[in-house]
Amino acid sequence: MSSAAFVLIAILTLAAALAAATLQKLMHATLSFAVALVGVAAFFFLLGAEFVGLVLVFVYIGAVAVLIVFTILLTRRDVGKDRGANWSGALLAVAVFGGLGWAVFKTQSVAIAAPHIRALTVKRIGEALMTSYVWPLQCVGLLLTAALIGALVLVMEEKR
Amino acid sequence: MSKSVDQIFVNAKQWLLSWLMPAPAWVLQIASSLINIFTLLAVFLTLFALMSVLERKILGRIQNRYGPNRVGPFGLLQPVADGIKMLIKEDIVPARADKLVHFLAPILIAAAAILALGVVPYGRNMTPFTIDGGILFFFAVGSTTELAVFMAGWGSNNKFSMLGAMRAIAQMISYELPLIITVLPVVMVVGSLTPDRIVAAQTGYTLGLVPRWFVFTPWGATAFILFFVSGLVESNRTPFDVPEGESEIVAGHMTEYSGFKYATFFMAEYIGMFAITGLAATLFLGGWHSPLSVLEFIPSYVWFFTKLSALLMVYVWLRGTLPRTRIDQIMNFAWKFILPMSFTCVIAAAVWHYAGRGLRGWLWSFVVIAIVYTALSMLLDTQRKFAPRIYRFAE
Repeated sequence: MSSAAFVLIAILTLAAALAAATLQKLMHATLSFAVALVGVAAFFFLLGAEFVGLVLVFVYIGAVAVLIVFTILLTRRDVGKDRGANWSGALLAVAVFGGLGWAVFKTQSVAIAAPHIRALTVKRIGEALMTSYVWPLQCVGLLLTAALIGALVLVMEEKR
Repeated sequence: MSKSVDQIFVNAKQWLLSWLMPAPAWVLQIASSLINIFTLLAVFLTLFALMSVLERKILGRIQNRYGPNRVGPFGLLQPVADGIKMLIKEDIVPARADKLVHFLAPILIAAAAILALGVVPYGRNMTPFTIDGGILFFFAVGSTTELAVFMAGWGSNNKFSMLGAMRAIAQMISYELPLIITVLPVVMVVGSLTPDRIVAAQTGYTLGLVPRWFVFTPWGATAFILFFVSGLVESNRTPFDVPEGESEIVAGHMTEYSGFKYATFFMAEYIGMFAITGLAATLFLGGWHSPLSVLEFIPSYVWFFTKLSALLMVYVWLRGTLPRTRIDQIMNFAWKFILPMSFTCVIAAAVWHYAGRGLRGWLWSFVVIAIVYTALSMLLDTQRKFAPRIYRFAE
């Protein structure tokens, strides 16, 4: 059951990712990118990591995809026009794929998975964040606050 | 007796599943999910039909006219007539529109609204889908609505649509923040993101009289009001319906839609409204718990839907009485008042918890909220005196 679901989701995700890379219109590419992200979130659900999957949907579909859409609309005049091939992007993609593939084939621990993995509940993530990872959490919080204030300062009207 | 009435739907589902009994577990799982989905759709689509006619009736009363009263007894069959009208209307797609995106937008928006309904507990043992982070699921699904609204606006290739979509996304993003932050105190106090646990935490009565609902604590009451207002904005309802703005941008992102696609948008708006009021009832109004211990014999789902319809009536009432706000007023209200107040709720809930959750905690958290509220209202008061308005007519 779950392997069938895996194949289905994998096909969907890969198709959406391919569409995001090849579609002629930029806006279509953005929307298929969002579909690919939903597929990745579905993988996390399949692995029992509901929290990560939900946060992925929440942050990437609800915020990042909308941000990309706004960026495209606000910075480009030729939104509806076709785009040409981007060879430097392709090179970068091949490089990333090669690196990831190399890392995946070097790793051997997948076959000898731990027999008992406790379900990753929201409670456990919260406990981990509040005990062992409290420093990184606070740093991220500070960074985000700084970004928020910076954005406010950027758009503030200058008073003379 | 009352026990069996309370569990009648749960037992009915078990009885239905028992027909399939010698089936493997995954068949049962799928059948159980399908039963849940069908029930959910049946109940909420009926409620949508009822709500649409009741809203028009009540608005009619508020504006001193009759409202629909021709189709069926008291105009109750009006939704049927509306549905038939919408179905046989011509489906117009603009020639320059992006056909696929234009087609997918109403589907996505309706799907997101319906998915959000799945995690609300409608009664004792009556949560359709129990997810560990149910509250998070609700908001994660809700956040995809923004992309759907954008798709509708952009896919239509129309300036009104695009403007409406931009307005909708701007106000939805601004109010999503307070919407989530006002949920935080409840999650903090309960210590769980599961709606069932949140309802269970509101069991019991103080002194046997006042139910232990979070709305009866100072932070809960404040958070409830803020949540309700933010929910009103999220569902683009009248005091905050700038995205639609019939008098200025025709119907916003729905301008280029006709026939059943338009109806789908409306359905999504109403179902989103049911979901957000349902969550408000779950989080702050004790979910399916009865307000008095004497009245506990009434089934739990009756209490849930009573609360739901009471909140929906407030929506209609506000629509009938308030004029549309401007976009800058909406934004100022969100960032200058609602957001600081919702952060205060989080602090007040912490104060309430550490002062012992009793009368002392009640008073302390009340003090925190009162101080911040007065400070904010003094800070935000622009000291602008309103002169009597002079009307100029064309002569």
